[in-house]
Amino acid sequence: MLRVDVTKQLGEFTLAASFASEGRVTGLFGASGAGKTSLINMIAGLLRPDRGTIAIDGEMLDDTAKAVHVPAWRRRIGYVFQDARLFPHLDVAENLDYGRRMNRLGDDSEQRRRVAELLDIGHLLDRRPGKLSGGERQRVALGRALLSKPRLLLLDEPLGSLDEGRRAEILPYLVRLRDEARIPMVYVSHDPAELRQLATQIVMLHRGRVTAFGGVKVMTG
Amino acid sequence: MFEITPTEWTAIELSLRVAAVATLVATPLGVALAWLLARRDFWGKSLLDALLHLPLVLPPVVTGYLLLLTFGRRGLVGGWLADYLGIVFAFRWTGAALACGVMAFPLLVRPIRLSIEAVDQRLEQAAETLGAAPWRVFATVTLPLALPGVLAGMVLGFAKALGEFGATITFVSNIPGQTQTISSAIYSLIQTPDGDAAALRLVVVSVVMAVAALIGAEWFARRAVLRLHGN
Repeated sequence: MLRVDVTKQLGEFTLAASFASEGRVTGLFGASGAGKTSLINMIAGLLRPDRGTIAIDGEMLDDTAKAVHVPAWRRRIGYVFQDARLFPHLDVAENLDYGRRMNRLGDDSEQRRRVAELLDIGHLLDRRPGKLSGGERQRVALGRALLSKPRLLLLDEPLGSLDEGRRAEILPYLVRLRDEARIPMVYVSHDPAELRQLATQIVMLHRGRVTAFGGVKVMTG
Repeated sequence: MFEITPTEWTAIELSLRVAAVATLVATPLGVALAWLLARRDFWGKSLLDALLHLPLVLPPVVTGYLLLLTFGRRGLVGGWLADYLGIVFAFRWTGAALACGVMAFPLLVRPIRLSIEAVDQRLEQAAETLGAAPWRVFATVTLPLALPGVLAGMVLGFAKALGEFGATITFVSNIPGQTQTISSAIYSLIQTPDGDAAALRLVVVSVVMAVAALIGAEWFARRAVLRLHGN
């Protein structure tokens, strides 16, 4: 259960969003500039709301009235960025292992094997990010976030920087992830077709405000 | 002609020791300061930046004299350090290291700062979302990616410390075996009637060491570019 009720002033732009979502995949839908990225940056803890609250499963992560702000590194929220952001000085295996090390989790070779298989990245382990294709990079980024064992996974247009063919290559992995990984996700996209395939609930964002909430049908309205 | 005498060796060895100690002590400080200047905004930042560059633009003799006033036996800090910690700088090789460290500091900090600024902050954010506390973000992402810059800064700082003259001779004088570095040895030799050959030998040694340092710094800088592009 994710509850968000925040306002944030970003220059001329006002973001004032409020929603609660129980879905497996919450699709955050809107045109570019609607405030989608700022909103999930706030959920991740990378951006502080001016006012309001953010809570997961009843745990308060942000509550400006009580000066509560759990820093990003303590939230256990995974984040897959549009531009992958793999660590260039580490090989793929070390990138995948990073979240486990930072959260001081025990070694879980079974999960590692499962994620590598799910995303088909087992053959890339000793490569550097500079030697990967865009699609491979995005799959590794997905694996890296999953292996940190987050309680919520944020995906910010993970297909946004890929061409048509690559998108079709990654999408099935995301569907498998939704059905197999059992981690609730917030999936940001401006592409209704993508969200129809993935999302179980839609939060529609327009110029910093939530204009519709419900099943994937709300996108046609 | 090319036989280096024991006195000259002493000066070379002392210079290397002074420069090495100055660089090793200055580096952690330099990294901390470079990070502060690259990543944080705070009151008095431009003042700190100016202060840091001061040894570069002040006449070295002024820096040396200020060091003497501060860290000399009767100086504010020097007196305290001598009385309570037994650390004496005046007319010792440790004082030469202090003077060289101060003079080399701006040159050491600059490449480190630039390389930290060049580290993509989005990578630091990614590390944070993966559970890395701020100091671990620094240790596992920022510092490794900035490492070639840190090494370049160390090499430049070391080279500068090796050749420092004005502040050192003002602060700790020119005592053979104690505070006489290559530079002050050359200075003494060219004022002695038969010192030309010996001076020339030390000049060659300085030039070789300086060129080696510059090539080293350049090599590290090129490594930095490779590292940031993930190959």
